[in-house]
Amino acid sequence: MRYITAAIAMASGFIILLGYIYPLAALTQLRVMLTDWAVTIGGMAVLVGIVGMVFTHMDKIRKREKNSSYGALLVVSMIVTIVFGAALGTDSSFMKLAVEAVIVPVEASLMAILAVTLVYASIRLLRRRADVMTIIFLVVAILFLIAVMPTPIGPIPGDFLLLQFLNMFSNGGARGILLGVALGTLLTGLRVLFGIDRPYGGN
Amino acid sequence: MASVIVGVAALLLLGFTFLRRRSPAVLRRIEAFERLNRAVGLAVEEGTRLHISLGRGNLFTSRGGSALAGLALVRRLAERTSLSDHPPIVTSGDASLSLLSQDTLQAGYKAAGAEEQYRLSAGRLTGLTPFAYAAGTIPVAHDEGVSANVALGDFGSESALLAEAADRENAHLIAASDNVSAQSVFYASAQDPLIGEELFASGAYAGAGASHEASLQAQDVLRWLVILAILAGAALKLLGVSF
Repeated sequence: MRYITAAIAMASGFIILLGYIYPLAALTQLRVMLTDWAVTIGGMAVLVGIVGMVFTHMDKIRKREKNSSYGALLVVSMIVTIVFGAALGTDSSFMKLAVEAVIVPVEASLMAILAVTLVYASIRLLRRRADVMTIIFLVVAILFLIAVMPTPIGPIPGDFLLLQFLNMFSNGGARGILLGVALGTLLTGLRVLFGIDRPYGGN
Repeated sequence: MASVIVGVAALLLLGFTFLRRRSPAVLRRIEAFERLNRAVGLAVEEGTRLHISLGRGNLFTSRGGSALAGLALVRRLAERTSLSDHPPIVTSGDASLSLLSQDTLQAGYKAAGAEEQYRLSAGRLTGLTPFAYAAGTIPVAHDEGVSANVALGDFGSESALLAEAADRENAHLIAASDNVSAQSVFYASAQDPLIGEELFASGAYAGAGASHEASLQAQDVLRWLVILAILAGAALKLLGVSF
């Protein structure tokens, strides 16, 4: 079985790669078809993943684990949303209310916590790692915030030059990191394509 | 051009894999991976848990590369910790990735001869949006006796919440992401951040085999080729040669 899964994965990968490099009509058609299948399977994976999540939380509730009441809340909310969503449709006022009154405010509050968390992490950074790179990181972050923040007196003199100067280094650094990531992604993809790494089929 | 790059990378990977099977590579010291090895040993001895977050890297996009690198590490860690009382938990924010993490964990247990210890709930989907993923993952770090967290994959700025959760529990956090925002967040908040392509070195440092070591060598060669290409391009531009 594992050889069959590997053969399917490798063949699909090669066809999609060839279709990308050589956009011949037949290859492109095959590539689009395989991608469509993958999207359908991905959609089914979401359903399987959600069912798995429900079972994990039900298991926690059954074993009366710590904070399992939140799991119960999640399962009940999910069932209510799915039932009403299926019965009333996604454009119904109930679904809009669920999104606007629950999901958006909760995510916004997490965003607010995130801002505080980042400030707190920056304060603790020097305690954790007091080296040259940490100091440069913090100084650049503070200079950047000074340059972009609104002030009662209007723009700070020289803020544009400061931003240009900082961007020169940060863009260069980001591009360097992204180039490294791109090379890493390429080699990782090739390992999967050649069947060396097989994170599927129980290999 | 794309075919040339892919072709050269493939040849380098296969060539170096052949060489590395004969003589294993000597890897430079990376503090984060040394801590990870210690944390794995401690987790098994102390009866605590490892928590591995694979992020939200969708396998149908270019973000899937970091997720696949994370899965290679999961496989090795599952093998090494399969006999622990508290096996590792893998969380992800993408459904396909969570299925692959379950499959990879099972394969790791099987390779270690402990397949009966495997539980399906060890590989979890915790949320499908960035903050839902963070909100679903934080309780794992808080409530499940985790002594070390590994965040390896595609994250956004929500990674700060994961780092904060690990810090509150005094648990180690070894973190790497292919996303520049998450990189800067991890640099500020993780004890052991990995920078850039170090993310893809995790398999080699966890002992995943010759092909992972060969990947690192191929990356080094390709990086030099990219540097030479950039310098040559800049020189040609200075000389007024258009291309």
